[in-house]
Amino acid sequence: MRTSTSLPHIAPNQNGDVHTTNAVTERPKKPVQFLIMALHRLSLRLRQTVTQTRALHGSGRGQQLGSAAVEPELPVRSEHAIFRTTEGDPAHHSEQHLGQHYTLPPATVRTLFPQGLPPRFQLQVKTFNECSVMVREPAVEIISHLKRADYSKPAIRYLLYGERGTGKSLSLCHALNYCSNQGWVILHVPDAHLWVKNCSELLPSSFHSSRFDQPIQAVQWLRNFRVTNEHFLSKIKTTRRYVWNKRESTEEGQTLREIVEHGLSRVKNSSDVVGVVLRELRLQAGGPASSAGGPEEEKVEEGQGRFRLAVAVDGTNALWGQTTLKKEDKTPIAPEELTLAYNLKKMLKNDWCGGAIIAALSKTGSLFTPSSAYLPQELLGEEGFVSLEPFLPVPVPVYDEKEFESCYQYYIDRNWLQHEQSRTEEGKKEVIFLSNRNPAVLERLCASL
Amino acid sequence: MKQQKACSSVGVASARIVALAEPPPCGHAPVYDLTDMAASSRAAMKSFLRRCGHCWSVTKALPSEKAVLQLNHVIPARWVSSGAVFLQKNLAAAGPEKFTLEFIKKQIEEFNIGQRHLANIMGEDPESFTQEDIDRSIEYLFPSGLFDKRARPVMKHPDLIFPKQRAVQWDQDGRPFHFLFYTGKQSYYSLMHDILGKVLSVERYQDRMRSKDLFTQESKPMSMSGGRWLSKEELEEVLVEPMSDHDHARFLQLMDRLLSLPYCSLEEEFIWRYRKQLAVQSTKELAQPLQLDQEGVAFSSAQGRRKTARATVQVRDISSGTILINGVNYLRYFTSLQDRQELMFPLQFVGRLGRHAVEGTVSGGGHSAQAGALRLAISRALLSFVSESERESMRQAGLLTSDPRIKERKKPGQAGARKKFTWNKR
Repeated sequence: MRTSTSLPHIAPNQNGDVHTTNAVTERPKKPVQFLIMALHRLSLRLRQTVTQTRALHGSGRGQQLGSAAVEPELPVRSEHAIFRTTEGDPAHHSEQHLGQHYTLPPATVRTLFPQGLPPRFQLQVKTFNECSVMVREPAVEIISHLKRADYSKPAIRYLLYGERGTGKSLSLCHALNYCSNQGWVILHVPDAHLWVKNCSELLPSSFHSSRFDQPIQAVQWLRNFRVTNEHFLSKIKTTRRYVWNKRESTEEGQTLREIVEHGLSRVKNSSDVVGVVLRELRLQAGGPASSAGGPEEEKVEEGQGRFRLAVAVDGTNALWGQTTLKKEDKTPIAPEELTLAYNLKKMLKNDWCGGAIIAALSKTGSLFTPSSAYLPQELLGEEGFVSLEPFLPVPVPVYDEKEFESCYQYYIDRNWLQHEQSRTEEGKKEVIFLSNRNPAVLERLCASL
Repeated sequence: MKQQKACSSVGVASARIVALAEPPPCGHAPVYDLTDMAASSRAAMKSFLRRCGHCWSVTKALPSEKAVLQLNHVIPARWVSSGAVFLQKNLAAAGPEKFTLEFIKKQIEEFNIGQRHLANIMGEDPESFTQEDIDRSIEYLFPSGLFDKRARPVMKHPDLIFPKQRAVQWDQDGRPFHFLFYTGKQSYYSLMHDILGKVLSVERYQDRMRSKDLFTQESKPMSMSGGRWLSKEELEEVLVEPMSDHDHARFLQLMDRLLSLPYCSLEEEFIWRYRKQLAVQSTKELAQPLQLDQEGVAFSSAQGRRKTARATVQVRDISSGTILINGVNYLRYFTSLQDRQELMFPLQFVGRLGRHAVEGTVSGGGHSAQAGALRLAISRALLSFVSESERESMRQAGLLTSDPRIKERKKPGQAGARKKFTWNKR
């Protein structure tokens, strides 16, 4: 599956996979249809330029398909292109694709984001029966950095931040899609805030007496981790012996799968298992070979110690500050006292190499912060900011005009906008005013139109 | 001479003579009656006047102060009001005060002189000394911290101070002037007689025209649509007579009958005496001219209010402008869609969405009141940008009307404005 998504433009006769063949033969037709539909709707001002450039492009695409030599890098000259791109591989996304939607195959969504997508987007995926993500500036920026980074050096931390509902989580997912297509190990925490509040079962840790385990959250995360990194589990071996209790232990050289299975079956140990998994991945991520090899252009060979690791944490700001959890004596628990948060924090230190840390801030769900806060120093606090430094801040803005237009056309195409006024200029202006081009607000607004 | 007059006006009967020396009642000009002036109150008056003879500098400034005292009239309570001092108990018990026409004349004379004195005191021109100047001077000379505005000293024209009174209605022998006197509502019934007379005369004219074949149904030039009949209270004031609702209804009936006649325009002048022209709604909305700021961008500012919220808004003519409220983006300031819709409506109504930058400050009230206040302010500011006809349509859409509704007060003995406490059977 991975090969098919990463190389979607292989000619049908060269590829044995039936599913991929269909995808390739059908997809290029779509732009032409959409072109016609979109053209009618585009405003008068834009109409001329679009007809000139896109019509040429559409016909050209059809001919090239016949010769089975489609170049994915074919530049899209029009500023206001149609809202969909056939380029399914995030690695090839560039400035030309900005504002266009690309579709993730359902299988990828199931493996890569078992629960990782934002809840409202999950609903949308279910409604539209397709997972289309808009290619946006922050994700493209991160991907371009990921492509160029030197992986012998300590991991670079990317920090997505922005106002509420601007698409930080989805940009994170887009970047993760790139990483998984490149064959990285994905370590995704969909929302760290869930780890510091509303914990129904809080047990004192067996490993460290002053810490607390959260077995339910740990098991849930392990399950998702197993789904996402299925084929890595048997390839990564442990580097030391782990003793769980008097009777049970895991010897050195066992596969990671056994540890994960152990965590899933022994719920009590699951938090420690998460710690062990994180530790093993951190130690082996760079690997002896990759640290010697430097930046490699070809895909990483999947062998022991030769994998790259993508750590993606949404709601990073939860790991610093306060939690709502209380000890027996009613004193509040600091995030460091939670095994999961403690281990995750260690992952965010850049003392390991051969990977990348992509973090996103989130006001939604964060505790004890003012509702207007969205900047890193506001959300992370002094302590968090210092410990996360140096990082690469990636601001996530609201939609610009082109992105809004693209999203709007996408909703119209999906018949999501049923209101008769929604296709008029006035209706669109109204929607722009009410949402102020904020993606989340737009999505909520359009849900009732 | 004044003293003589004062001596002659001792008894009730002689007081009547004084009143009757005035010209007979003509129309509704008030002639003042002294009949109810109780002789018993005079003793009290004397002591009271002695007390307050030196209490008032403005009254003292009036040259005929002495004369007023000798006349033994009640000094009007609110003339240059010293408030409660004047209202002695036994005076109040004597019923409504009545004043002779002579007295009122004198008061007017004194007012005119006093006004000139006051102007001289203030060092201003006595010829052009207006009522506003008087109010200002009185406020300056007699600063009062009394809460009730009516308790503060005033100096006004006697016509404004003394209530309108009925004329004397009987002659020397006690026989009434008017043949309807014993109906108890003589001016009302005489008015009804008048109206009926008009109706009959108009009908007679109509018959005459019909006999000459000149009658046309369309001859109704009078446009009475804009007006309304006098209300009961207004008519009472005109007739100086109390009136029941039933009487007023009959008056209306008769007037309507007169108005329904084709030739009612013959009595146009009479009809308009009892009809009020409704003030024509000012359809023209006043708009401030557009101003230009340093960069040459046109802008206009306006205020709005709703409930307890007050908003000030500056609308700029910038197409790529943002909307900031109290320095915060409106999307963050108004989290609910309804409030944002409220904000959008004026801009959308004039078709200027996305063409303006709005900067607003709002304080007080809740979120929906704030949104309403901003809406009003934005609509008012937009007036400067739109054409005359659009202004009118904005007014008709209710964009320029401020919402007068406010919170109803909580009542004692109940849980809220209307809500009662839960009933407990004891």
